[in-house]
Amino acid sequence: MAKGDPGGTTRGRRAAPRSKKGAAGDPALVQLLTPEGERIDSATGPDGTEYRVDFTDEEYRGLYRDLVLVRKLDAEATALQRQGELGLWASLLGQEAAQVGSGRALRTQDMAFPTYREHGVLYCRGIDPIMPLGLFRGVDQGGWDPNEFKFNMYTIVIGAQTLHATGYAMGITIDGKTGTDDGEAAIAYFGDGATSQGDVNEAFVWASVFNAPLVFFCQNNQYAISEPLERQTRVPLYQRAAGFGFPGVRVDGNDVLATYAVTRTALDNARLGQGPSLIEAYTYRMGAHTTSDDPTRYRIASEVEAWQAKDPIARVKAFLEKQQIADAGFFAEVDEQARRESVHLRERVLEMPNPEPVTMFDNVYPNGSPLLDEQRAKFSRYMESFEGSAH
Amino acid sequence: MATETLTIGKALNTGLRRALENDPKVIIMGEDVGKLGGVFRITDGLQKDFGDQRVIDTPLAESGIIGTAVGLAIRGYRPVCEIQFDGFVYPAYDQIVSQVAKMHYRSGGKLSIPMVIRIPFGGGIGAVEHHSESPEAYFAHTAGLKVVTCANPQDAYVMIQQAIYSDDPIVFLEPKRRYWEKGQVDLDAPLSDAYPLHSARVVRPGTDVTVLAYGPMVRTCLEAATAAAEDGRELEVIDLRSLSPLDLTAAYESVKRTGRVVVVHEAPSNIGLGAELAARITEECFYSLESPVLRVTGFDTPYPASRVEEEYLPDLDRVLDAVDRTFGW
Ligand SMILES: Cc1ncc(C[n+]2csc(CCOP(=O)(O)OP(=O)(O)O)c2C)c(N)n1
Repeated sequence: MAKGDPGGTTRGRRAAPRSKKGAAGDPALVQLLTPEGERIDSATGPDGTEYRVDFTDEEYRGLYRDLVLVRKLDAEATALQRQGELGLWASLLGQEAAQVGSGRALRTQDMAFPTYREHGVLYCRGIDPIMPLGLFRGVDQGGWDPNEFKFNMYTIVIGAQTLHATGYAMGITIDGKTGTDDGEAAIAYFGDGATSQGDVNEAFVWASVFNAPLVFFCQNNQYAISEPLERQTRVPLYQRAAGFGFPGVRVDGNDVLATYAVTRTALDNARLGQGPSLIEAYTYRMGAHTTSDDPTRYRIASEVEAWQAKDPIARVKAFLEKQQIADAGFFAEVDEQARRESVHLRERVLEMPNPEPVTMFDNVYPNGSPLLDEQRAKFSRYMESFEGSAH
Repeated sequence: MATETLTIGKALNTGLRRALENDPKVIIMGEDVGKLGGVFRITDGLQKDFGDQRVIDTPLAESGIIGTAVGLAIRGYRPVCEIQFDGFVYPAYDQIVSQVAKMHYRSGGKLSIPMVIRIPFGGGIGAVEHHSESPEAYFAHTAGLKVVTCANPQDAYVMIQQAIYSDDPIVFLEPKRRYWEKGQVDLDAPLSDAYPLHSARVVRPGTDVTVLAYGPMVRTCLEAATAAAEDGRELEVIDLRSLSPLDLTAAYESVKRTGRVVVVHEAPSNIGLGAELAARITEECFYSLESPVLRVTGFDTPYPASRVEEEYLPDLDRVLDAVDRTFGW
């Protein structure tokens, strides 16, 4: 049984009978593709907004390809960690649809502010998937250019980035880049645990009073490390938005179509000057919190199995098959591409060189600092003092 | 040359105004900075003239002030954040230390956060608790931040502009009890050449003891120097101005002549800036020293009730006493 109770109280009610409809049938949960792969034509959000998508066959296949690729690359990273090639890895397993759905809904000009788990969004932004591995391997701190790709640094301090996103979105307004169809918007990613942080609540306040063109995208994967949703909130998270004065919607986060639809709508509203909104992508973290975690200590197998049945990729596959949008050849080809790309990723990770030690002094200050210049010079002399030193 | 007599507060206000005029990317933000002009009126009149998108009254949320300013900086703005009082910066401490200070480093130099965080700091105004603190060591200890403070109107006017135009994130400490002190300000003073932001300055030459101070204590030390001169002792007073990075060139040069050093600050002594100064001077000038580097500081207590702050704060007598002691070795 899923932790948390969509639409109802979130207090533990383990023994209480729950609607057999589960999350899928909950009126508060926007869904366009059932776990069985049935298409739902349109769905209505809590404020009456109609959500629908209209993809070409090519686009459906594209979404499937994205989902498979990010899952495979993520699995490869997990394996690399197990083999000691990465210090740590935060897997997105189970959250592919939430990330690909929202990531593909972004336009080129929109700016994303991620946590440390948004490898799928990163992929959608066109960033080389090797980039976050440098961070987790410890050879750099994340090497991509946030301005070039419109995707910010990973943020480890829980919730901090939601304020950055809010400020950035305020800047969009000051720049006069809202109110038109080709305006800009920002999106802030965070988890269910993060909603307890002061920064996230401050971000809600700010975004609301400044009418910032911002989408708060909460991936409720039911746990903050070991702590279940009930330890963070007694109110369904999407309902919190009302108290801050903007709309909130809960979407089936394992449904890439619905996630796409609600994110696209929220972003469009933002860029048109209608202010912020909160999306709660109701999903589940299938793996460990990170590779250091032991989820068997705090959750039961049957719960994981129940979510297995709602797998974000299986349902798209079922849909593509039923609708004859893709054939066995296509699925085999996608698998083969995923295999090739993960092998390639692995090869490149193993080749990632350690940074030159002296580079630790780089980029502390845009304008440099005499203190650091002095320390760098001393350090270099020290390194050179070793016989046969190449430094 | 346009020279005017201004208070430190008015000099800061004028400097901020200049920055707003010269660069449309400069944004001032904080609690009550708009209509009210800030609780110390440092931003007086600015919202009226530049509008509420350039001078932003924010919600009452310090982490929000700094955190959103990070986003604005990423967007290309140059936010100048006001923290209302020193004791209220701590809710924003995480954003300052973990985000503002590290963003350039973490992004491999691809992002800059050209932000100024203005904090009225220090005691001496008879305020209630949390209104009279000296948090400089917390920030000076943090790589990626620069920390400066001014002690006279001319510096206030110039340094605030220098800080705003710098691409480094800067904690700008304003000696609140000196806000009302007047001095001559050259409004055409060049911002770059004469006194770079991160330079110390000899504010009174002397031959017998080197006195290092910054912010509110500069004036106290100058008064001590006047008093000492009556006793025939010439103190050389150096206003450090920059607390991170420290500019100790003038200090080393001075210590090599005087052989004696007294460091003065309001903050508690334990693990404070005075410790760093003493260590650096000892390493650099060991053979010139006639006596150990002495510190005159606040005590290692929370800032006390205002009726005893006169006893807590270093004053003329404590400085002169330390000067005497440097001759006792
Ligand atoms: C401010 C802060 N406190 C604690 C941590 C340690 N920590 C890392 S991830 C995490 C749980 C986060 O949960 P959630 O926000 O739900 O995101 P999820 O990891 O589930 O995606 C914690 C406690 C942290 N990174 N930052």
